[in-house]
Amino acid sequence: MATKEIIRLENIRRNFIVGNETVHALRGVSFTINAGEFVTIMGTSGSGKSTLLNILGCLDTPTSGEYYLDGIPVRSMGKNERSVLRNRKIGFVFQSYNLLPKTTAIENVELPLMYNSAIPARKRYELASRALDAVGLAERKNHKSNQMSGGQQQRVAIARALVNDPVIILADEATGNLDTRTSFEILVLFQELHARGRTIIFVTHNPELSAYSSRNIVLRDGKIISDTPNDNPASAQEMLKKLPVESD
Amino acid sequence: MNLTNLTKIALKALNNNKLRCFLTMLGIIIGVASVITMLAIGQGSKRSIREQIAEMGSNMIMIHPGNMERGGVRQDASSMQTLKLNDYQDILDNTEYVSACSPSVSSSGQFIYGANNYPSTIYGVTEDYLEIRKFSVEEGSMFTPQDVLTSAKVCLVGQTIIDNLFPNGENPIGKVIRFNKIPLKIVGTLTPKGYNSMGMDQDDMVLAPYTTVQKRVLAITYLQGIFCSALTEELTPQAIDEITQILRKNHKIKEGEEDDFEIRSQEEMSSMMSSTTDMMTILLACIAGISLLVGGIGIMNIMYVSVTERTREIGLRMSIGARGIDILAQFLIEAVLISVTGGIIGVLLGVGASMVVNLVFNWPVYIQAYSVILSFFVCTITGIFFGWYPARKAANLDPIEAIRYE
Repeated sequence: MATKEIIRLENIRRNFIVGNETVHALRGVSFTINAGEFVTIMGTSGSGKSTLLNILGCLDTPTSGEYYLDGIPVRSMGKNERSVLRNRKIGFVFQSYNLLPKTTAIENVELPLMYNSAIPARKRYELASRALDAVGLAERKNHKSNQMSGGQQQRVAIARALVNDPVIILADEATGNLDTRTSFEILVLFQELHARGRTIIFVTHNPELSAYSSRNIVLRDGKIISDTPNDNPASAQEMLKKLPVESD
Repeated sequence: MNLTNLTKIALKALNNNKLRCFLTMLGIIIGVASVITMLAIGQGSKRSIREQIAEMGSNMIMIHPGNMERGGVRQDASSMQTLKLNDYQDILDNTEYVSACSPSVSSSGQFIYGANNYPSTIYGVTEDYLEIRKFSVEEGSMFTPQDVLTSAKVCLVGQTIIDNLFPNGENPIGKVIRFNKIPLKIVGTLTPKGYNSMGMDQDDMVLAPYTTVQKRVLAITYLQGIFCSALTEELTPQAIDEITQILRKNHKIKEGEEDDFEIRSQEEMSSMMSSTTDMMTILLACIAGISLLVGGIGIMNIMYVSVTERTREIGLRMSIGARGIDILAQFLIEAVLISVTGGIIGVLLGVGASMVVNLVFNWPVYIQAYSVILSFFVCTITGIFFGWYPARKAANLDPIEAIRYE
């Protein structure tokens, strides 16, 4: 497989000024992520992983250093340019799903495309329903977000992240709000997406999850302390089978 | 970003909060409905006053002796004897803009027919008076110039007089009634006109040749007033100028001295009346406008609450690619949709309320297109104006903080 470089971080630093003090959230982080990788980024709270996620997601810009997303330098971009970049290149999955309330699954998934005027309404529906098919919610397109379980809601959120065919999916503690079984179901979904060639960055504080990714980056105090490839990721599917089935 | 998508998004967001949306709208609805109703009532009364004035002869000019000083003592206008017959003759002969002219002398007293009597006023005039006051003869005929020359004992009576002197429905034509001790033969009746805008019964009158009233009733040679008609309502000022010049010359009033007569025109009265109703309309519109303002503040308040409440939603929208301007537009569209929908309902309600006022209270109403258009315009402006700050607040949120907002 030709390895295309999706993300390139060059000595990223991010300082925040809190009162009179300067807080160094990131102190020179460099790495590259190629197409088709499933990377977990770990770290305890305060390690700088949220800041890194914000920068990777083009929500924030580094104080110094350069960030290339799909070959595009992000640091010099304005707010609006970054919005468009997020819309076209990035899919977000959040810990708390962040679906619109009282809104059907399909409408939630269509949302990113609503902000892309190049896509006409019919195409929008088609793409959204294909994304919902991909996360196994083909039957629940017209269910409203508040009528669905946490796992289903997270699937809708993943479909929403997929719908614009992004170069990278950024998951922020995507299983953090779910019980063990549902977490593994979601993890299975991520592994399936990975198997289909999606590039995924999964930010978490849960060290167990590193076993299921193809690469694990650990942050501490704003620096990378380990970056290890995992050539033999465990199968979440098998783990799921071993879990005791709850009687319901 | 295309507007259709943003409008869809905004509609969806409003749909999720129908009750709140409606309550916010209520302020605008009440505001617009009251503006429309108030203006309709104001305009309606203005128009009905104008119509009534036109009915009385909108080009009518009334000349009365003015008060003046005599030996340092200011005299009462009604005791002045300055208007003479030659003033009337000169106005009749030497003016371009006056189409009709009649002298006027009047006297109040008891009219008697058989066992019935009724207090009223007899007006001494010429046959031109009918044209000036827009009266017409119902039955019989007007007295003739010959009658005027001979001070004939004839008269025309109004409907109120007929009702009171002939309660049994006899035909009054040819009957002889008495005013004080003077017998007057009825030669015609006046078409009923009803009450005028000041509540005066226009049918409560008897018309007779002015010579008859001057000589036989009052025993005077001067005139109490002169009634004229300008060619048209618009030419009234020119006619007044001509009359003024003639009277000043006849009365030998020097440059700089004040007139010893008073000229009033119906036009003057109508503008006076309409300025009163205009004032009322403005006042009503102001009150209604304030309620619209309050409605607008309601929108602003709700939009602020909504922005705070939907911080996470805004954060999400931003993280999936909404630009600041998209968020701004969405909230502005929401505000405008609320205010314009409220406006439409308000207009319908206002028109309905005007009709109810018209039917139930019998007040004249008139809905002008401009008041409807104006209300719409004001609604949209209100939406944009009061939606702007909350929308900007939303657009300026930091997506990182917004998405994690609890």
